[in-house]
Amino acid sequence: MSAIAIRGVRKSYGKTEVIHGVDIDIADGEFIVIVGPSGCGKSTLLRMVAGLETITEGTIEIGGRVVNRLEPGERDIAMVFQNYALYPHMSVYDNMAYGLKIAGLSKADIRARVDKAATMLQLQPFLERKPRQLSGGQRQRVAMGRALVRDPAAFLLDEPLSNLDAKLRVQMRLEIKQLQQSVGTTALYVTHDQVEAMTLADRLVVMHDGVAEQIDTPMAVYARPATTFVAGFIGSPAMNMLSVEAAGSRGLTLANGRTVKPRDIRLPEKGRKAILGVRPEHLTPVSGANADLELDVAAVETLGADTLAHGRLAGAANGSGELVARLPGSTQVQPGDRLPLAIEPGMVHLFDAETGARLEELDLPARPARTAKPLAEALNA
Amino acid sequence: MVENRPLLNLLSHLVLIAGVIVVAFPVYVAIIASTRGPTDFLSGLVPLLPGPHTLENYHRILFSGVSTSGAPPIALMMTNSLVMALAIAIGKIAISLISAFAIVYFRFPFRQLAFWTIFITLMLPVEVRIVPTFKVVADLGLLNSYAGLSIPLIASATATFLFRQFFLTVPDELTEAARVDGAGPLKFFRDILLPLSRTNIAALFVILFIYGWNQYLWPLLVTTDPGYYTVVMGIKRMAEVADAVPQWNMVMATVVLAMLPPVVVVVVMQRFFVKGLVESEK
Repeated sequence: MSAIAIRGVRKSYGKTEVIHGVDIDIADGEFIVIVGPSGCGKSTLLRMVAGLETITEGTIEIGGRVVNRLEPGERDIAMVFQNYALYPHMSVYDNMAYGLKIAGLSKADIRARVDKAATMLQLQPFLERKPRQLSGGQRQRVAMGRALVRDPAAFLLDEPLSNLDAKLRVQMRLEIKQLQQSVGTTALYVTHDQVEAMTLADRLVVMHDGVAEQIDTPMAVYARPATTFVAGFIGSPAMNMLSVEAAGSRGLTLANGRTVKPRDIRLPEKGRKAILGVRPEHLTPVSGANADLELDVAAVETLGADTLAHGRLAGAANGSGELVARLPGSTQVQPGDRLPLAIEPGMVHLFDAETGARLEELDLPARPARTAKPLAEALNA
Repeated sequence: MVENRPLLNLLSHLVLIAGVIVVAFPVYVAIIASTRGPTDFLSGLVPLLPGPHTLENYHRILFSGVSTSGAPPIALMMTNSLVMALAIAIGKIAISLISAFAIVYFRFPFRQLAFWTIFITLMLPVEVRIVPTFKVVADLGLLNSYAGLSIPLIASATATFLFRQFFLTVPDELTEAARVDGAGPLKFFRDILLPLSRTNIAALFVILFIYGWNQYLWPLLVTTDPGYYTVVMGIKRMAEVADAVPQWNMVMATVVLAMLPPVVVVVVMQRFFVKGLVESEK
């Protein structure tokens, strides 16, 4: 019903095009997170859905109705702004009730709706206060409440948590997710924080320079990033990228001249240049003979549960072969060490050296399916 | 400046006290004079203590006027001044709010031109455009009327400019939130912009009321009927009597009365806008 369809949407300011044609189909009740670095056009896209920016080209449908020419107030959406945009001179109650008053609801109806939302958000004791008398988290809740009372077809949230401190952010993140699930309203959420994106989203839209580079579930984006940009943006620390050249059946030649032969992936034809991506958490320390790579450790970060070893590929020229490995917290490693590492099977990503697009033809079917089947057969036998 | 230097403290206090004396002493003399008899100020020695004629002086000046100076009772002049000052203050605020709203929130052709035209009139105070303005007012038949006293002074850019600057500081997201809530331009203006401008309106009201109250040249030009004289004019007329000694006690009583309304406005409104300023913090 209240699905949102974004079709071929473009946005230009004068001659500069900032969004180059985005298509997203959002199902009813789905939580979609648009994530990307600043300036990638994610907020602009959201504001076009809200009706705060004009749409240069393409159409946006909300609930099956093209809304291109409708005022924000007529689109049946509610928006939560980064700085909450609460009306400073109105009480919490009036802030939440304002939209309903304009919509012409009866006093009793307004009271009932605001009370319900206030109860859900634990705002009951603060209804008579002014926004400035509230803490950051409470203001955030009021902003949510203002969206909630309108019972809209979709929530649009523009970095709603970035003004909160780290602890509150984690707490509110969870609350927003639970709230959205309990009311079942479609939500479109913009953030630059990949943790927020991963934890909240039913599906992620990773945007870069006005293009939606990948639209998929968080796990799929993590496991099979469609481009080098997505690979580098999702995951922390970022995925290691090494330029390689295919050396036929011997594997892939690294910048330092050594070859590595990743398992559980097809190899490109000989001579093809590619980018090998491997996440820091998929590098495991091994004894020298089994090593795929060797890491010259330059700096060590201990995070408690994990230890991050930063450095470069042994033998690589300066300015290339940057490498990070995430090791178990108990690992003893010092700057200056040469660390032999193995790549976990199936955890290599190969991208085209020119376009950065994933070489999908080289991917084998997902691993769990393959291992599960023989196991089941073995049990049946 | 959390310093503890006794000599500096003493010096700064002396300077401040000197300043207060310079400002307050003439006011004190005026108040004293208004309580004295008609000849006390002509004896050569200025008295510095209150005299016995207070009630008599004020009663006479308020209700019967000083016939020798051709001055009507001050009560009427005070009313005229009040009407004029209020009309100017309220009229200016109303018009500048609306024009600033148009300039900041609407995209229309020649918007910048409109703004600059208003802005340029800042350079033309009443005195500069007084002859053409008089001609217009006279042709419209507005001489000797409250409209003639106030309307030409309502048009001014200062308040428009101040409101424009204030509206520019209102976060865009507030406007957008109102749009998402379904508020049209007029609802936004009434429900959000106007309440947010309260403190600015209060501050401007004080300034403009005093500006209107203190107008001298313009009322002098457009009124010939004593029924429309303002109090500031009245003071001048009484102090400048031909072939007679000015009755300083009466003049000073008028001065004291003329000071009162601005003082009241400042005291009342100040509490309001200081409160507003403190509230809008954070």
